Order: sequence, then C-alpha cells, then structure tokens
Amino acid sequence: MAEIKNYTLNFGPQHPSAHGVLRLVLELDGEVVERADPHIGLLHRGTEKLFEYKTYHQNIPYFDRFDYVSMMANEHAYALGVEKLLGIEAPERAQYIRVMYAELTRILNHTMWLGAAALDIGAMTIFLYCFREREDIFDFYEEVSGARMHAAYFRPGGVARDLPEGLLAKIKAFTDQFPNYVDEYETLLTENRIWKQRTVEIGAVGAEGALDWSFSGPMIRGSGFEWDLRKTQPYDVYDKMDFDIAVGSAGDSYDRYLIRVEEMRQANRIIQQCVAWLEENEGPVKVDDYKLTNPPRATVKDDMESLIHHFKFFSEGYHVPKGEVYSAVEHPKGEFGVYIVSDGSNKPYRMKVRAPGFPHLQAMDYMARGHMLADVVTILGTQDIVFGEVDR
Amino acid sequence: MAEELTQEKENTLVEFAPLQEKFGEAIIEVSQGLDCPLIVVKRESIVEVCHVLKSQFGFEQLIDLCGVDMSEYPDYPEDKPQFEVVYHLLSIKNNARIRVKTRANMREMVDSVTEVWSSANWFEREAFDMYGIIFNHHPDLRRILTDYGFEGFPLRKDFPLVGHAEIFFDEAQWRCVYKPNKLENRVLIPKTWPGVDRG
Repeated sequence: MAEIKNYTLNFGPQHPSAHGVLRLVLELDGEVVERADPHIGLLHRGTEKLFEYKTYHQNIPYFDRFDYVSMMANEHAYALGVEKLLGIEAPERAQYIRVMYAELTRILNHTMWLGAAALDIGAMTIFLYCFREREDIFDFYEEVSGARMHAAYFRPGGVARDLPEGLLAKIKAFTDQFPNYVDEYETLLTENRIWKQRTVEIGAVGAEGALDWSFSGPMIRGSGFEWDLRKTQPYDVYDKMDFDIAVGSAGDSYDRYLIRVEEMRQANRIIQQCVAWLEENEGPVKVDDYKLTNPPRATVKDDMESLIHHFKFFSEGYHVPKGEVYSAVEHPKGEFGVYIVSDGSNKPYRMKVRAPGFPHLQAMDYMARGHMLADVVTILGTQDIVFGEVDR
Repeated sequence: MAEELTQEKENTLVEFAPLQEKFGEAIIEVSQGLDCPLIVVKRESIVEVCHVLKSQFGFEQLIDLCGVDMSEYPDYPEDKPQFEVVYHLLSIKNNARIRVKTRANMREMVDSVTEVWSSANWFEREAFDMYGIIFNHHPDLRRILTDYGFEGFPLRKDFPLVGHAEIFFDEAQWRCVYKPNKLENRVLIPKTWPGVDRG
C-alpha cells in the first residue's frame, strides 16, 4: 500500500476568498486541516513609522486606510485619543454626528461582510443586495466629506464640517427603508438549509478560547459575553442611546452571522435617534479653539488673526501635551484601539494601532484545526478580516 | 484640586497594594495614568506579575502588546533601558483596563507571556519584527509583517523613514532584487515643541 503523507497547501495570496492578501499555509491530512499558518504582511505599509513623521492633523487620513471598509470608525478611535490627551471634548452636535456616522459605518461594514462572506460560501444574490445599500451610505459619506470612502471627516475636537442641508432627510428615508432590506437578507440566508449546513458548528469558540485569543466585538459576543464598549465604556453620546446588544450562545459562525445582522438593525435604531436629535438641535461642530481646529473659511479672507491660525494649523499643526493614552472604540469588527505616546511636540512620538482583525486572524489555527478545507473559507469569512488593518 | 488628585492616586494604589506586597522591589511604579492605571515591572518578573494579574485581578484578556523605542524621548534618562514593552490588559468581569510596562535594552531578553495569554504570540512577533526585542521562551519567534528576508528593525528611531533598500524587477534574472536605496530623507514639517524659538 502506498504511504499516505500530509500535504501542504498554499492558500492565497491571490485567492478570491482570501479577503485581500492572505497567504495561508495549510497542512492537510486528506481534506482535514491539521495546522494553519497565516503569513501576513503582504499589505504592510509601515503606517506606524509614517505616523511619527506627520503632524497629528496629517495623520487622520491614514486611519481611513486601516480598515478600508469602516473608515470613520477608525478615525473615531484616533479623534477620541487625541482629544483625551488634549483634555478637550467635542461639542454635543459633533458627538451626535460622529455617533450617527459611526453607526452608518457599522452598516457599511456589515453589509460588506455579509456580501463577501456569503459569496465565499456560494451565495451570489446576497452580494448584489448588500452592495445596493452600500451605495446609499457611500453617498452620505460623499455629501458630508467629498469622498466616498476615505473621508477624513472625524477630527480631534469635532468633525470637519456641519451636515449639508437636506442630508438628514435622506438619511431618515434610508433608515425607514433599511429594516426591510435586512429582512430581505434574512429571507435569503437565515433559514437557508445550505447556509446553515455551511455555518452551524463551524469555527465554534468557547468562552475560554475567546478570552485567551483576545477576541472582541461580534466574535466575543458570539461566545456568550455581553461585552460591547458602546455600553460598558461609553464614549461620545452612546450613553444617551437606546439600543440592545445581540449575544450568541454557541460561538459558531452561524451565531456570529445572526449577531451581525441584529447589529445592523440596532445600528439603524441608533441612527434614527441621532437624526431626530440633530433635526431639533443646532450648534457648533468643533471646539472653539483655533489652535486645535481650522477657523471658518470666510473669516480667513478678511481677518488677519484667522489667517495666521489657518496657516499655523495646516503647516505646523498643534502641540499635544506629553503623555500616553489608549483609546478604544467598538469598531464593527471588534475593539479598535490607538495607543498614542506624545512627547509634547506636534507629531506623535509613537502610535500603535490595535486592530481587531490581528488577534482574530491569529486564532485561525485554533479555529480551523480539525475542520475541512472548505470550512477554512467560512472561518476566514466569519472573522471579518480586512488586511488594511491586520497588516497596517 | 491638588488634594483631590492625590486622593485619587492613593485609591488606585490601594487596589494594587497586594501586588506590591507580593512582588516588592520588582514593581517599580504604580500610578494612575490619563486613562487607566499604570504598573511598571522589572523585566525578570513580568511573567509572574501577568499570571497574578490574570488570576487574582481578573485581567483575562491581553488587548495589545507593543514595543516603544524611548531613545529619542525628551528628558528620558540615559541609564534607563532603551525599549519599553507595553501590555494593555482588559478585565471583562470588572470592566477595567490596565497598562503594564517593562523595560529592556538591546540584546536583553524579555520573557514571553504566551503561557499566560495565547494571543501574545503574534503581538510579540510584531514587537520583535519592529524593534528587535527578543522574547525568551516564545514558541515561534519569526518576523511577521515585514518581507521575507528583511533586514533591520523598522520602527527603531535610528531606522530612516525611507528605509535602506528598494525593490526592483531584474529582467536578466527574471525576479525581484533589492538595491541600496537612493532616496533621501525629506522633512516637510519639522518637529517642534511649544514655546521653543523657531527663528
């Protein structure tokens, strides 16, 4: 009889379900995964090095490019961190706008995830459905910042500019429709026999494992923890919002799917509350200190002092007091944190980005062991990996 | 105001008093940071301290681990080690965070905390990749983010922003090759401190 050996399979880096540029070295016994060794770094751009050579203001756009499907959520962590170091707080209207856009971003991320993950498993239609809604949210991004993806809209001290006229009505119309869209996704998948066969009990992680491997976000909630930074360590105006957290029990891919779908509905609820508040209340959208934010364009034209502030802000930037801070937000993918070490100058001394996908992908070996080769794709999908943040 | 602050500081100290009692000299500093308490630990006892923090203080999760090169930090004492390894821990049970630090010089080994939290594996690989901090007893200390065969430790302060090498496609050999970098470092906006005369 011929000797049967394990064999090693190179999955990616140019595989359509590798979610970008993952090279996964799999050791297979027949079709069963014995060991998975993810090789990452193919999208490494050295952003943390670049941070140290750019001013705090110039660093904002880099954050869009970490997790490039939930841009504003990344900026949120950075804006909050710098605000904490500076000892300032954004005006209330800015906080509401940020929460509204953070939740729009959550929908943006989850629709992308749902479309791509389902496509990996073989459901084609859902991908088209999801991208239809993403288009609307990209339009909201564009209206407020001029860019469809890399917005650079959240700034330390508030947001770049107030909402344009008529935008709230459009967002409101979207939120009225959106629950129906989620229903459409669910009719395609939730009770779908194939979908269940492919996800139930695949990549199951217990409570112990979820803690040990530093899971966060939907991944840890899937394993039964009622842990959401928006509730437990609220930032901006999340403490004024009324929403529920979805928690799973089995910790498998199907639970995490249900959690993410429910999160879309809850995000929609939060957006509705924000829209209602923003329609009623006017106010400033950034702190009233022109050393930290740029003065209005109109005043720059005829006021000498504003011109100086404008010039100083965009050239030298502002100085951030000495110190260190770790600020984390409930990013759609988990806990996205920024650790900033400031030496008192206009550039960060060291900035470390804690990406949720990094520890999740690390647990690939733990989750995939003993599963079939085809399930590796499911597990990769359920982890919601985006390489912009994993590789940084 | 000043009294209030010291009061607060003492309260946080009380919380970690058992830790100081147990480890004595090995705990260099306990203080309240801007966002969470900070504990500075001697390099030799980092693993034991982490074990205690996990089992007795409820810090079940290692949220982040990173290196910091302190060599260009203003007023940083020269006799202190060059690198800091910063651990951010999270307790889901108590809804608390803590920052633990340890310091190491070049070629000094820091014990790996992979035996406490499995997720430390990649975080330590990254710190090794970026700073060359060597983690003792690490199961698989390879480079993680940089290219296969990369030389140098890019996040060290003495590593230039533009790097040392450029990659080209060589027609004759039909493969990618590295060549010494011809780019020069440009400074678009100089680093400044408040109140310093910039001429």
